[in-house]
Amino acid sequence: MLLAFLAPLNFVDSLLLKFFSEQTVNYVIWPFIQVGAVVTITALWVAYATYLERKISAFMQARLGPMRVGPWGLLQPIADGLKLLVKEDFIPESADRWIFFIAPYIAVVAAFIVMAVVPFGPDWAVIADVNIGVLFVLAVSSVGVLALILAGWSSNSKYALLGALRSSAQMVSYEVSMGLAIIGALMFARTLSLSGIVVAQQSDTIWFLLYQPIGFMIFLISGIAENNRAPFDLPEAESELVAGFHTEYSGFRWSLFFMAEYAAMVVVTAVATTLYLGGWYFPFVYRFTEAKGHHNAYVVVSLIVFLAKAGLLLYLYFWLRWTLPRFRYDQLMDLGWKWLLPAALINIVVSAIAIVTLQGLNGSGIHTIKSMSNGLNLTPTGKGIAIGFGVLNLFLTAGILSLINWRSRDFNLKKQRSKIRLVDLPKGKPAVAPVASEQ
Amino acid sequence: MHQVEIATTQQTLLDSPQMTLNMGPQHPSTHGVLRVILKLDGETVIDLDCDVGYLHRGMEKIAENRMYNMIAPYWDRLDYIAAVSNGLVWVETVEQMMGLDVPRRAHYLRTILTELNRIASHLLWLGTHALDIGAVTILLWAFREREEILKIFERQFGARLTCHAWRIGGMPNDAYDDFESDVRQFINNFPNRIDEYETVLNENRIWLSRTVGIGIITGEEAVAIGLSGPSLRGSGVAWDIRKSRPYAAYGEMDFDVPLGENGDTYDRYLVRMEEMRQALRIIRQGIDNLPDGPVNAKVPKLIKPPIGDYYHSIEGPKGEIGCYLVSDGTQQPWRVRVRPPCFINLQALKQMSIGHLVADVVAIIGTLDIVLGEIDR
Repeated sequence: MLLAFLAPLNFVDSLLLKFFSEQTVNYVIWPFIQVGAVVTITALWVAYATYLERKISAFMQARLGPMRVGPWGLLQPIADGLKLLVKEDFIPESADRWIFFIAPYIAVVAAFIVMAVVPFGPDWAVIADVNIGVLFVLAVSSVGVLALILAGWSSNSKYALLGALRSSAQMVSYEVSMGLAIIGALMFARTLSLSGIVVAQQSDTIWFLLYQPIGFMIFLISGIAENNRAPFDLPEAESELVAGFHTEYSGFRWSLFFMAEYAAMVVVTAVATTLYLGGWYFPFVYRFTEAKGHHNAYVVVSLIVFLAKAGLLLYLYFWLRWTLPRFRYDQLMDLGWKWLLPAALINIVVSAIAIVTLQGLNGSGIHTIKSMSNGLNLTPTGKGIAIGFGVLNLFLTAGILSLINWRSRDFNLKKQRSKIRLVDLPKGKPAVAPVASEQ
Repeated sequence: MHQVEIATTQQTLLDSPQMTLNMGPQHPSTHGVLRVILKLDGETVIDLDCDVGYLHRGMEKIAENRMYNMIAPYWDRLDYIAAVSNGLVWVETVEQMMGLDVPRRAHYLRTILTELNRIASHLLWLGTHALDIGAVTILLWAFREREEILKIFERQFGARLTCHAWRIGGMPNDAYDDFESDVRQFINNFPNRIDEYETVLNENRIWLSRTVGIGIITGEEAVAIGLSGPSLRGSGVAWDIRKSRPYAAYGEMDFDVPLGENGDTYDRYLVRMEEMRQALRIIRQGIDNLPDGPVNAKVPKLIKPPIGDYYHSIEGPKGEIGCYLVSDGTQQPWRVRVRPPCFINLQALKQMSIGHLVADVVAIIGTLDIVLGEIDR
């Protein structure tokens, strides 16, 4: 069925082989095509993510959203892009011109370059299957903060500077818990390659979300925080800092920051999908495609599965943004260092104990581990034990976190708030009743 | 010698000096053209100064050169969010000075419409306050309901925002035909909407952490500064002019006054939410007992209040809005002075914000519910 339109792929391959050597085709031409495809698709995905966000927010706010440009406003992102392109590129007089020029490009490049290692699907749907993929993602995405600092500094404006300071502190502190949260999943995957992590989940026929519920939550929260998205959008909190680090930017340079933000969101959702939601792996897909010899169909269906999962997480982003109020700066730091970091550390310890227990049980006769070739593949008993540890971890983390934080102001806010009283004042008596704090 | 110099340079570099940040007048969340000069240590506010007057139009001086009838539309432009309440204080002052006997039906309609205006004003406050704290969706929800009220205003007065609502001695015209059913429909739908807002905000951890314990002002301090309205009642001081000096038809209405306890931003939020519910109660009673009859008193062709002075105040949505009128017996007032609730409430900003962060200053400006049109006049 699906194969009909995928036949050309093989045809193109054989056509290329007629003109070039096999090595040129495999290592130069196809990668270029892949890079082109990924960059185009990501750019479109980013543009339409803005459209989706506007539509979804409109849906939440009882309005229509973009409706004028094209049917249902479908051409709105393109119109926006054109408008931003022809706008004046204004540079403040006191700005540090070169840094001001360069900063947006750093932001965009840092966000887009991560796409190189993201496994959108098996086989040809990944540009470079680097064996240190996770490290690469963490390293490159943290370059993005540099762009924000440079932009804030070079603008020579107080609001921009405050925004940049906030963002750098925020991104640095959330990267720590983000990096630590991943380790639990890596223990089960036994590899740093992103494709390898998906293969580990596929051969174990499970999503790591079940082994690592806490890890997934920490990763997602710190991912949202690292992307500076609401409720963590302090660097650009428009009600306090006007527009934060990009206050002085306009036109296309501003839209580059905007693209970088959305591209970074896509990256975090993609990595979260890979690590915890099984990436392109979905039950039964393999059996109905690859096992029957339809290789390209297998890749395409997997690709769709991956995009669907990442899209769901992206929806979560929008949902949070249009629902929650914004954190304050110190509360944000509290959340990062007092809640997420301890939780990530507990997660590592519990995951380690889980794996040691599984190995120990396996050694003492209870069959828990199937094989260790593609990650840690467990038998149903072993899966039960690992999931049990994950659930146990939920309670353990909740307990320890409350122990750490029970003194803090934000711990029992619901008890601190007061109830209002309704009084029926006597009419026509011009007297101020006594100040009523009864405690 | 040389070493000492280096040490002092390092000292000045390492010291975190104060940073002066100009918030406004073009800032998205100063609710107009308020300019707040913040002195910051990092992000902590150590000193704060308000600069007002960017919207000064000389209302009080203009009033000295207008006839009494002509002044009323200017009053709509004071607190343009609550034009109906502002208009009421002017016409009531003149009426009481002249001893006019306003018909009962006009009083009832005035009560209903000012309470609708109170809800509209509180809805706008809720939306912008939530927006300042980062919850964008509430703004659009609040505007959806405010729109219903503005539709009623448009049909009744012919304008949505600066509705020149009253005439001295009564109303320009009687309630329109569907007035009763429109208002009834609104008061039947609105309680669910309030519940909706409260579902999103009341138990929200982030909302709580942004509002509980922020901008605390005790009852004594509030009275000392002269706060009024929900900002005062949030601190637990039982003072409501609708109760203590009933005007219009409030003397015949049965309603409660919500009081806060801690005097923090969260309390003021709860007080305003409850005030909307109480306003609905008042409107319901008013519409149920709406008497028949004329809506205008017998007013002389030339309005000339007797020589003397008079002060009258009402409970506007933001607090006690008063009018002090000195008449020299001619067709124009000799002096008019507005007692502005927002201007006086704004004085609490410094006391509330020192020691908090920049983000809290925004929340506190929001919780004071200021309108610059009235502060600058």
